[in-house]
Amino acid sequence: MKISLPYLEGRGLSCIRDDRVLFEQLDFSLKSGQVLLLEGKNGSGKTSLLRILCGFREPDSGTVICCGETINDSPYYADLAYVGHLDGIKKELTVSENLKVSLALSQPGRYSMQQALAKVKLEGYDDVLVQALSAGQKRRLSLARLLITHNRLWILDEPFTSLDKEGIALIESLMIDHCLSGGMIVLTSHHETHLPGVDIQRIVLS
Amino acid sequence: MSLTYAFIAIIRRDLVLALRRRSEVANPLLFFVLVITLFPLGIGAQPNLLRAIAPGIIWVSALLAAMLSLDSLFRSDFDDGSLEQILLSPYPASILVLAKIVAHWLVTGLPLLAIAPLLAIFLGLPNQSLGVLLLTLLLGTPVLSLIGAIGVALTVGLRRGGMILSLLVLPLYVPVLIFASNAVAMASSGLPVQAQIYLLLAILLCALVLAPWPTAAALKMSIT
Repeated sequence: MKISLPYLEGRGLSCIRDDRVLFEQLDFSLKSGQVLLLEGKNGSGKTSLLRILCGFREPDSGTVICCGETINDSPYYADLAYVGHLDGIKKELTVSENLKVSLALSQPGRYSMQQALAKVKLEGYDDVLVQALSAGQKRRLSLARLLITHNRLWILDEPFTSLDKEGIALIESLMIDHCLSGGMIVLTSHHETHLPGVDIQRIVLS
Repeated sequence: MSLTYAFIAIIRRDLVLALRRRSEVANPLLFFVLVITLFPLGIGAQPNLLRAIAPGIIWVSALLAAMLSLDSLFRSDFDDGSLEQILLSPYPASILVLAKIVAHWLVTGLPLLAIAPLLAIFLGLPNQSLGVLLLTLLLGTPVLSLIGAIGVALTVGLRRGGMILSLLVLPLYVPVLIFASNAVAMASSGLPVQAQIYLLLAILLCALVLAPWPTAAALKMSIT
Protein backbone atom coordinates (compact mmCIF):
# COMPACT_ATOMS: atom_id res chain seq x y z
CA MET A 1 0.00 0.00 0.00
CA LYS A 2 1.42 3.36 -1.01
CA ILE A 3 1.12 5.44 2.12
CA SER A 4 2.72 8.53 0.64
CA LEU A 5 0.30 9.18 -2.23
CA PRO A 6 -2.98 10.82 -1.26
CA TYR A 7 -5.93 8.55 -1.99
CA LEU A 8 -8.61 11.18 -2.20
CA GLU A 9 -8.07 14.80 -3.08
CA GLY A 10 -10.36 17.78 -3.37
CA ARG A 11 -9.04 20.63 -5.47
CA GLY A 12 -10.61 24.06 -5.40
CA LEU A 13 -14.05 22.79 -4.46
CA SER A 14 -16.89 25.29 -4.27
CA CYS A 15 -20.53 24.81 -3.56
CA ILE A 16 -23.21 27.42 -4.17
CA ARG A 17 -26.75 26.81 -3.07
CA ASP A 18 -29.59 29.21 -3.81
CA ASP A 19 -27.11 32.04 -4.52
CA ARG A 20 -25.41 31.43 -1.18
CA VAL A 21 -21.77 30.41 -1.22
CA LEU A 22 -21.37 27.52 1.20
CA PHE A 23 -17.66 27.04 0.66
CA GLU A 24 -15.13 28.21 -1.89
CA GLN A 25 -11.74 27.02 -3.08
CA LEU A 26 -11.64 24.18 -0.61
CA ASP A 27 -8.61 21.89 -0.85
CA PHE A 28 -7.93 18.74 1.07
CA SER A 29 -6.11 15.48 0.64
CA LEU A 30 -6.68 12.26 2.44
CA LYS A 31 -4.17 9.46 2.79
CA SER A 32 -4.58 5.88 3.82
CA GLY A 33 -5.37 5.60 7.53
CA GLN A 34 -6.50 9.18 7.93
CA VAL A 35 -9.76 10.69 9.09
CA LEU A 36 -11.19 13.89 7.68
CA LEU A 37 -13.52 15.52 10.15
CA LEU A 38 -15.80 18.25 8.83
CA GLU A 39 -16.98 20.74 11.38
CA GLY A 40 -19.26 23.72 11.15
CA LYS A 41 -22.66 25.04 12.03
CA ASN A 42 -25.92 23.72 10.65
CA GLY A 43 -26.26 24.73 7.04
CA SER A 44 -22.55 25.36 6.58
CA GLY A 45 -22.31 22.87 3.74
CA LYS A 46 -21.00 19.75 5.48
CA THR A 47 -23.59 17.44 3.98
CA SER A 48 -23.24 19.14 0.60
CA LEU A 49 -19.52 18.42 0.64
CA LEU A 50 -20.14 14.78 1.53
CA ARG A 51 -22.64 14.48 -1.29
CA ILE A 52 -20.13 15.97 -3.69
CA LEU A 53 -17.62 13.36 -2.55
CA CYS A 54 -20.23 10.65 -3.19
CA GLY A 55 -20.82 12.02 -6.67
CA PHE A 56 -24.48 12.82 -5.96
CA ARG A 57 -23.80 16.49 -6.58
CA GLU A 58 -21.49 18.23 -8.99
CA PRO A 59 -19.22 20.78 -7.32
CA ASP A 60 -19.83 24.27 -8.68
CA SER A 61 -16.12 24.45 -9.32
CA GLY A 62 -13.15 22.22 -8.64
CA THR A 63 -12.67 18.48 -8.87
CA VAL A 64 -12.58 15.46 -6.62
CA ILE A 65 -9.71 13.18 -7.49
CA CYS A 66 -9.24 9.59 -6.40
CA CYS A 67 -5.87 7.94 -7.02
CA GLY A 68 -5.05 10.56 -9.63
CA GLU A 69 -8.30 10.21 -11.59
CA THR A 70 -11.60 12.04 -11.39
CA ILE A 71 -14.20 10.06 -9.50
CA ASN A 72 -16.66 9.35 -12.27
CA ASP A 73 -15.61 5.77 -12.74
CA SER A 74 -16.54 2.67 -10.88
CA PRO A 75 -13.23 1.74 -9.17
CA TYR A 76 -13.90 4.63 -6.82
CA TYR A 77 -17.42 3.47 -6.06
CA ALA A 78 -16.23 -0.07 -5.38
CA ASP A 79 -14.14 1.34 -2.52
CA LEU A 80 -16.74 3.70 -1.11
CA ALA A 81 -19.42 3.22 1.51
CA TYR A 82 -21.81 5.94 2.53
CA VAL A 83 -24.12 6.25 5.51
CA GLY A 84 -26.16 9.40 5.32
CA HIS A 85 -29.02 11.06 7.13
CA LEU A 86 -31.35 8.50 5.60
CA ASP A 87 -30.60 5.01 6.79
CA GLY A 88 -31.07 3.34 3.43
CA ILE A 89 -32.70 0.34 5.06
CA LYS A 90 -36.15 -1.00 4.35
CA LYS A 91 -38.40 -1.16 7.36
CA GLU A 92 -40.55 -3.95 5.91
CA LEU A 93 -37.53 -6.25 5.55
CA THR A 94 -35.74 -8.13 8.29
CA VAL A 95 -32.27 -7.24 9.49
CA SER A 96 -30.61 -10.04 7.54
CA GLU A 97 -32.64 -9.38 4.37
CA ASN A 98 -31.46 -5.78 4.43
CA LEU A 99 -27.84 -6.78 4.84
CA LYS A 100 -28.12 -9.37 2.07
CA VAL A 101 -29.28 -6.70 -0.38
CA SER A 102 -26.37 -4.42 0.61
CA LEU A 103 -24.01 -7.33 0.14
CA ALA A 104 -25.43 -8.12 -3.29
CA LEU A 105 -24.88 -4.52 -4.38
CA SER A 106 -21.22 -4.60 -3.40
CA GLN A 107 -18.31 -6.96 -2.84
CA PRO A 108 -18.03 -8.98 0.38
CA GLY A 109 -15.85 -7.30 2.95
CA ARG A 110 -13.89 -8.13 6.08
CA TYR A 111 -16.67 -9.53 8.20
CA SER A 112 -19.48 -11.98 7.61
CA MET A 113 -23.02 -10.89 8.37
CA GLN A 114 -23.04 -12.71 11.71
CA GLN A 115 -19.73 -11.18 12.76
CA ALA A 116 -20.86 -7.72 11.75
CA LEU A 117 -24.12 -8.03 13.69
CA ALA A 118 -22.14 -9.20 16.72
CA LYS A 119 -19.80 -6.21 16.31
CA VAL A 120 -22.66 -3.73 16.41
CA LYS A 121 -24.42 -5.64 19.21
CA LEU A 122 -27.37 -6.73 17.12
CA GLU A 123 -26.78 -10.47 17.30
CA GLY A 124 -29.99 -12.46 17.52
CA TYR A 125 -31.94 -9.79 15.62
CA ASP A 126 -31.49 -11.48 12.21
CA ASP A 127 -35.14 -12.23 11.60
CA VAL A 128 -36.60 -9.14 13.24
CA LEU A 129 -38.35 -6.68 10.95
CA VAL A 130 -36.51 -3.38 10.93
CA GLN A 131 -39.66 -1.46 11.83
CA ALA A 132 -39.51 -3.17 15.23
CA LEU A 133 -36.04 -1.78 15.94
CA SER A 134 -35.34 1.44 17.83
CA ALA A 135 -33.76 4.45 16.11
CA GLY A 136 -30.36 3.66 17.64
CA GLN A 137 -30.56 0.04 16.54
CA LYS A 138 -31.43 1.11 12.98
CA ARG A 139 -28.39 3.35 13.04
CA ARG A 140 -26.21 0.46 14.12
CA LEU A 141 -27.68 -1.69 11.38
CA SER A 142 -26.82 0.89 8.73
CA LEU A 143 -23.30 1.04 10.17
CA ALA A 144 -23.09 -2.77 10.06
CA ARG A 145 -23.35 -2.39 6.30
CA LEU A 146 -19.89 -0.79 6.38
CA LEU A 147 -18.45 -3.93 7.91
CA ILE A 148 -19.88 -6.55 5.58
CA THR A 149 -19.08 -4.84 2.30
CA HIS A 150 -15.68 -4.25 0.76
CA ASN A 151 -14.62 -0.63 1.10
CA ARG A 152 -11.71 1.61 1.95
CA LEU A 153 -13.38 4.96 2.25
CA TRP A 154 -16.25 5.52 4.65
CA ILE A 155 -18.32 8.65 4.15
CA LEU A 156 -20.41 9.18 7.25
CA ASP A 157 -22.91 11.96 7.78
CA GLU A 158 -23.52 12.42 11.50
CA PRO A 159 -22.90 8.74 12.31
CA PHE A 160 -23.53 9.23 16.02
CA THR A 161 -27.08 10.51 15.74
CA SER A 162 -29.47 8.63 18.04
CA LEU A 163 -26.74 6.36 19.41
CA ASP A 164 -26.25 5.98 23.17
CA LYS A 165 -22.86 6.43 24.86
CA GLU A 166 -22.08 2.77 24.52
CA GLY A 167 -23.04 2.86 20.85
CA ILE A 168 -20.81 5.85 20.21
CA ALA A 169 -17.85 4.16 21.87
CA LEU A 170 -18.56 1.06 19.81
CA ILE A 171 -18.63 2.93 16.50
CA GLU A 172 -15.50 4.85 17.47
CA SER A 173 -13.66 1.60 18.08
CA LEU A 174 -14.83 0.29 14.69
CA MET A 175 -13.59 3.50 13.09
CA ILE A 176 -10.19 3.12 14.75
CA ASP A 177 -9.99 -0.49 13.51
CA HIS A 178 -10.86 0.63 10.02
CA CYS A 179 -8.20 3.35 9.97
CA LEU A 180 -5.49 1.16 11.46
CA SER A 181 -6.07 -1.36 8.69
CA GLY A 182 -5.52 1.31 6.06
CA GLY A 183 -9.05 2.59 5.62
CA MET A 184 -10.11 6.21 5.46
CA ILE A 185 -13.08 8.06 6.86
CA VAL A 186 -14.68 11.35 5.95
CA LEU A 187 -17.26 12.31 8.54
CA THR A 188 -19.29 15.14 9.94
CA SER A 189 -20.10 15.19 13.60
CA HIS A 190 -21.29 17.52 16.28
CA HIS A 191 -20.04 15.17 18.98
CA GLU A 192 -16.50 15.32 20.25
CA THR A 193 -14.91 12.29 18.60
CA HIS A 194 -12.27 10.30 20.45
CA LEU A 195 -10.11 8.43 18.01
CA PRO A 196 -6.78 7.86 19.79
CA GLY A 197 -3.92 6.81 17.55
CA VAL A 198 -5.61 8.03 14.36
CA ASP A 199 -4.43 10.92 12.23
CA ILE A 200 -7.35 13.37 12.16
CA GLN A 201 -7.57 16.34 9.82
CA ARG A 202 -10.17 18.94 10.59
CA ILE A 203 -11.87 21.23 8.12
CA VAL A 204 -14.01 23.94 9.62
CA LEU A 205 -16.68 25.23 7.25
CA SER A 206 -18.15 28.59 8.07
CA MET B 1 -21.04 -11.45 -6.16
CA SER B 2 -21.75 -10.43 -9.70
CA LEU B 3 -23.99 -8.11 -11.61
CA THR B 4 -26.45 -10.94 -12.26
CA TYR B 5 -26.59 -11.61 -8.54
CA ALA B 6 -27.22 -7.93 -7.80
CA PHE B 7 -29.95 -7.84 -10.48
CA ILE B 8 -31.70 -10.85 -8.98
CA ALA B 9 -31.25 -9.56 -5.44
CA ILE B 10 -33.03 -6.30 -6.31
CA ILE B 11 -35.90 -8.11 -8.02
CA ARG B 12 -36.23 -10.43 -5.06
CA ARG B 13 -36.13 -7.57 -2.58
CA ASP B 14 -38.87 -5.70 -4.41
CA LEU B 15 -41.05 -8.80 -4.69
CA VAL B 16 -40.71 -9.46 -0.95
CA LEU B 17 -41.55 -5.82 -0.26
CA ALA B 18 -44.61 -6.06 -2.52
CA LEU B 19 -45.72 -9.14 -0.65
CA ARG B 20 -45.43 -7.31 2.67
CA ARG B 21 -47.37 -4.24 1.59
CA ARG B 22 -50.11 -5.85 -0.42
CA SER B 23 -52.47 -2.88 -0.72
CA GLU B 24 -50.01 -1.07 -2.96
CA VAL B 25 -50.06 -4.03 -5.32
CA ALA B 26 -53.79 -4.61 -5.13
CA ASN B 27 -54.73 -1.00 -5.87
CA PRO B 28 -53.93 -0.87 -9.61
CA LEU B 29 -55.47 -4.29 -10.18
CA LEU B 30 -58.61 -3.33 -8.30
CA PHE B 31 -58.80 -0.11 -10.30
CA PHE B 32 -58.47 -2.08 -13.56
CA VAL B 33 -61.26 -4.46 -12.59
CA LEU B 34 -63.55 -1.71 -11.26
CA VAL B 35 -63.30 0.52 -14.32
CA ILE B 36 -63.98 -2.35 -16.69
CA THR B 37 -66.92 -3.66 -14.69
CA LEU B 38 -68.48 -0.19 -14.53
CA PHE B 39 -68.61 0.22 -18.32
CA PRO B 40 -71.37 -2.34 -19.00
CA LEU B 41 -73.41 -0.75 -16.22
CA GLY B 42 -72.92 2.71 -17.68
CA ILE B 43 -73.60 1.77 -21.28
CA GLY B 44 -76.64 -0.39 -20.60
CA ALA B 45 -77.96 -3.37 -22.54
CA GLN B 46 -76.12 -2.81 -25.81
CA PRO B 47 -73.89 -5.87 -26.23
CA ASN B 48 -72.84 -4.92 -29.76
CA LEU B 49 -71.61 -1.47 -28.76
CA LEU B 50 -69.83 -2.95 -25.76
CA ARG B 51 -68.16 -5.58 -27.91
CA ALA B 52 -67.02 -2.93 -30.37
CA ILE B 53 -65.39 -0.72 -27.75
CA ALA B 54 -64.10 -3.54 -25.51
CA PRO B 55 -60.47 -3.42 -26.80
CA GLY B 56 -60.33 0.29 -26.13
CA ILE B 57 -61.89 -0.04 -22.68
CA ILE B 58 -59.48 -2.77 -21.64
CA TRP B 59 -56.43 -0.93 -22.92
CA VAL B 60 -57.37 2.48 -21.55
CA SER B 61 -58.02 0.89 -18.15
CA ALA B 62 -54.70 -0.96 -18.28
CA LEU B 63 -52.93 2.26 -19.16
CA LEU B 64 -54.54 4.20 -16.31
CA ALA B 65 -53.88 1.35 -13.88
CA ALA B 66 -50.22 1.42 -14.92
CA MET B 67 -50.13 5.19 -14.37
CA LEU B 68 -51.65 4.76 -10.96
CA SER B 69 -48.98 2.30 -9.93
CA LEU B 70 -46.03 4.29 -11.25
CA ASP B 71 -45.43 6.47 -8.22
CA SER B 72 -44.63 3.46 -6.04
CA LEU B 73 -41.74 2.54 -8.35
CA PHE B 74 -39.08 4.71 -6.73
CA ARG B 75 -41.00 6.58 -3.99
CA SER B 76 -40.15 4.48 -0.95
CA ASP B 77 -36.55 3.95 -2.04
CA PHE B 78 -36.19 7.68 -2.50
CA ASP B 79 -37.70 8.45 0.89
CA ASP B 80 -35.64 6.01 2.94
CA GLY B 81 -32.30 6.45 1.20
CA SER B 82 -32.15 3.01 -0.44
CA LEU B 83 -31.95 4.75 -3.79
CA GLU B 84 -28.69 6.44 -2.77
CA GLN B 85 -27.26 3.07 -1.87
CA ILE B 86 -28.35 1.56 -5.19
CA LEU B 87 -26.79 4.41 -7.16
CA LEU B 88 -23.57 4.18 -5.12
CA SER B 89 -23.15 0.55 -6.06
CA PRO B 90 -20.17 -0.13 -8.32
CA TYR B 91 -22.53 -1.90 -10.72
CA PRO B 92 -24.09 0.09 -13.59
CA ALA B 93 -27.05 2.02 -12.25
CA SER B 94 -29.04 1.46 -15.46
CA ILE B 95 -28.99 -2.32 -14.98
CA LEU B 96 -30.01 -2.07 -11.32
CA VAL B 97 -32.78 0.33 -12.32
CA LEU B 98 -33.91 -2.17 -14.95
CA ALA B 99 -34.16 -4.76 -12.17
CA LYS B 100 -36.47 -2.43 -10.27
CA ILE B 101 -38.61 -1.90 -13.39
CA VAL B 102 -38.83 -5.64 -14.03
CA ALA B 103 -39.93 -6.22 -10.43
CA HIS B 104 -42.48 -3.43 -10.77
CA TRP B 105 -43.91 -5.01 -13.93
CA LEU B 106 -44.08 -8.44 -12.28
CA VAL B 107 -46.06 -6.91 -9.45
CA THR B 108 -48.34 -4.51 -11.33
CA GLY B 109 -48.36 -5.58 -14.99
CA LEU B 110 -48.51 -9.34 -14.80
CA PRO B 111 -51.67 -9.47 -12.63
CA LEU B 112 -53.49 -7.45 -15.32
CA LEU B 113 -52.61 -10.19 -17.81
CA ALA B 114 -54.00 -12.82 -15.49
CA ILE B 115 -57.34 -11.11 -14.97
CA ALA B 116 -57.79 -9.73 -18.51
CA PRO B 117 -59.32 -12.87 -20.13
CA LEU B 118 -62.09 -12.90 -17.55
CA LEU B 119 -62.86 -9.23 -18.12
CA ALA B 120 -62.71 -9.71 -21.90
CA ILE B 121 -65.39 -12.39 -21.72
CA PHE B 122 -67.35 -10.09 -19.45
CA LEU B 123 -67.32 -7.40 -22.15
CA GLY B 124 -68.31 -9.91 -24.83
CA LEU B 125 -65.02 -9.88 -26.71
CA PRO B 126 -64.99 -12.78 -29.22
CA ASN B 127 -62.88 -15.77 -28.18
CA GLN B 128 -60.68 -15.54 -31.28
CA SER B 129 -59.25 -12.21 -30.06
CA LEU B 130 -58.40 -13.39 -26.54
CA GLY B 131 -54.98 -14.61 -27.59
CA VAL B 132 -54.19 -11.34 -29.32
CA LEU B 133 -55.40 -9.36 -26.29
CA LEU B 134 -53.06 -11.29 -24.03
CA LEU B 135 -50.20 -10.90 -26.48
CA THR B 136 -50.69 -7.13 -26.70
CA LEU B 137 -50.84 -6.90 -22.91
CA LEU B 138 -47.71 -9.05 -22.63
CA LEU B 139 -45.84 -6.78 -25.03
CA GLY B 140 -47.46 -3.50 -24.05
CA THR B 141 -47.55 -3.40 -20.26
CA PRO B 142 -43.75 -3.72 -19.86
CA VAL B 143 -43.45 -0.71 -22.17
CA LEU B 144 -45.76 1.21 -19.84
CA SER B 145 -43.49 0.38 -16.89
CA LEU B 146 -40.30 1.20 -18.80
CA ILE B 147 -41.46 4.54 -20.21
CA GLY B 148 -43.18 5.41 -16.95
CA ALA B 149 -39.93 4.82 -15.07
CA ILE B 150 -38.29 7.73 -16.90
CA GLY B 151 -41.14 10.02 -15.88
CA VAL B 152 -41.10 8.85 -12.27
CA ALA B 153 -37.34 9.23 -12.06
CA LEU B 154 -37.67 12.83 -13.22
CA THR B 155 -40.45 13.71 -10.80
CA VAL B 156 -39.63 11.64 -7.70
CA GLY B 157 -37.77 14.54 -6.12
CA LEU B 158 -40.72 16.92 -6.51
CA ARG B 159 -43.27 17.07 -3.78
CA ARG B 160 -46.27 17.14 -6.07
CA GLY B 161 -45.03 15.46 -9.18
CA GLY B 162 -48.24 13.55 -9.92
CA MET B 163 -49.69 15.98 -12.44
CA ILE B 164 -46.39 16.57 -14.22
CA LEU B 165 -45.84 12.83 -14.32
CA SER B 166 -49.10 12.26 -16.21
CA LEU B 167 -48.31 15.07 -18.64
CA LEU B 168 -44.85 13.67 -19.26
CA VAL B 169 -45.79 10.06 -19.63
CA LEU B 170 -49.24 9.93 -21.22
CA PRO B 171 -48.20 11.24 -24.67
CA LEU B 172 -45.52 8.57 -24.78
CA TYR B 173 -48.10 5.91 -23.94
CA VAL B 174 -50.31 6.84 -26.89
CA PRO B 175 -48.54 4.73 -29.57
CA VAL B 176 -48.83 1.64 -27.39
CA LEU B 177 -52.51 2.35 -26.82
CA ILE B 178 -53.21 2.86 -30.53
CA PHE B 179 -51.42 -0.22 -31.82
CA ALA B 180 -52.53 -2.51 -29.02
CA SER B 181 -56.23 -1.68 -29.05
CA ASN B 182 -56.22 -1.64 -32.84
CA ALA B 183 -54.69 -5.12 -32.90
CA VAL B 184 -57.38 -6.46 -30.57
CA ALA B 185 -60.15 -4.80 -32.59
CA MET B 186 -58.78 -6.23 -35.85
CA ALA B 187 -58.45 -9.69 -34.32
CA SER B 188 -62.05 -9.68 -33.16
CA SER B 189 -63.16 -9.11 -36.75
CA GLY B 190 -60.86 -11.90 -37.90
CA LEU B 191 -58.23 -9.76 -39.68
CA PRO B 192 -54.46 -10.31 -39.56
CA VAL B 193 -52.62 -8.40 -36.85
CA GLN B 194 -48.93 -9.18 -37.48
CA ALA B 195 -48.09 -5.56 -38.29
CA GLN B 196 -49.37 -4.23 -34.98
CA ILE B 197 -47.75 -7.05 -33.01
CA TYR B 198 -44.39 -6.48 -34.69
CA LEU B 199 -44.64 -2.77 -33.98
CA LEU B 200 -45.43 -3.42 -30.32
CA LEU B 201 -42.52 -5.83 -30.16
CA ALA B 202 -40.26 -3.19 -31.69
CA ILE B 203 -41.46 -0.57 -29.19
CA LEU B 204 -40.85 -3.02 -26.34
CA LEU B 205 -37.31 -3.84 -27.47
CA CYS B 206 -36.46 -0.18 -27.98
CA ALA B 207 -37.85 0.73 -24.56
CA LEU B 208 -36.02 -2.17 -22.93
CA VAL B 209 -32.71 -1.02 -24.34
CA LEU B 210 -33.19 2.74 -24.21
CA ALA B 211 -35.30 3.46 -21.12
CA PRO B 212 -32.94 2.38 -18.28
CA TRP B 213 -30.24 4.95 -19.14
CA PRO B 214 -32.33 8.11 -18.93
CA THR B 215 -34.04 6.64 -15.88
CA ALA B 216 -30.73 6.15 -14.08
CA ALA B 217 -29.52 9.59 -15.14
CA ALA B 218 -32.75 11.23 -14.00
CA LEU B 219 -32.56 9.45 -10.64
CA LYS B 220 -29.05 10.77 -10.14
CA MET B 221 -30.40 14.26 -10.81
CA SER B 222 -33.34 13.75 -8.48
CA ILE B 223 -31.24 12.84 -5.44
CA THR B 224 -29.03 15.93 -5.49
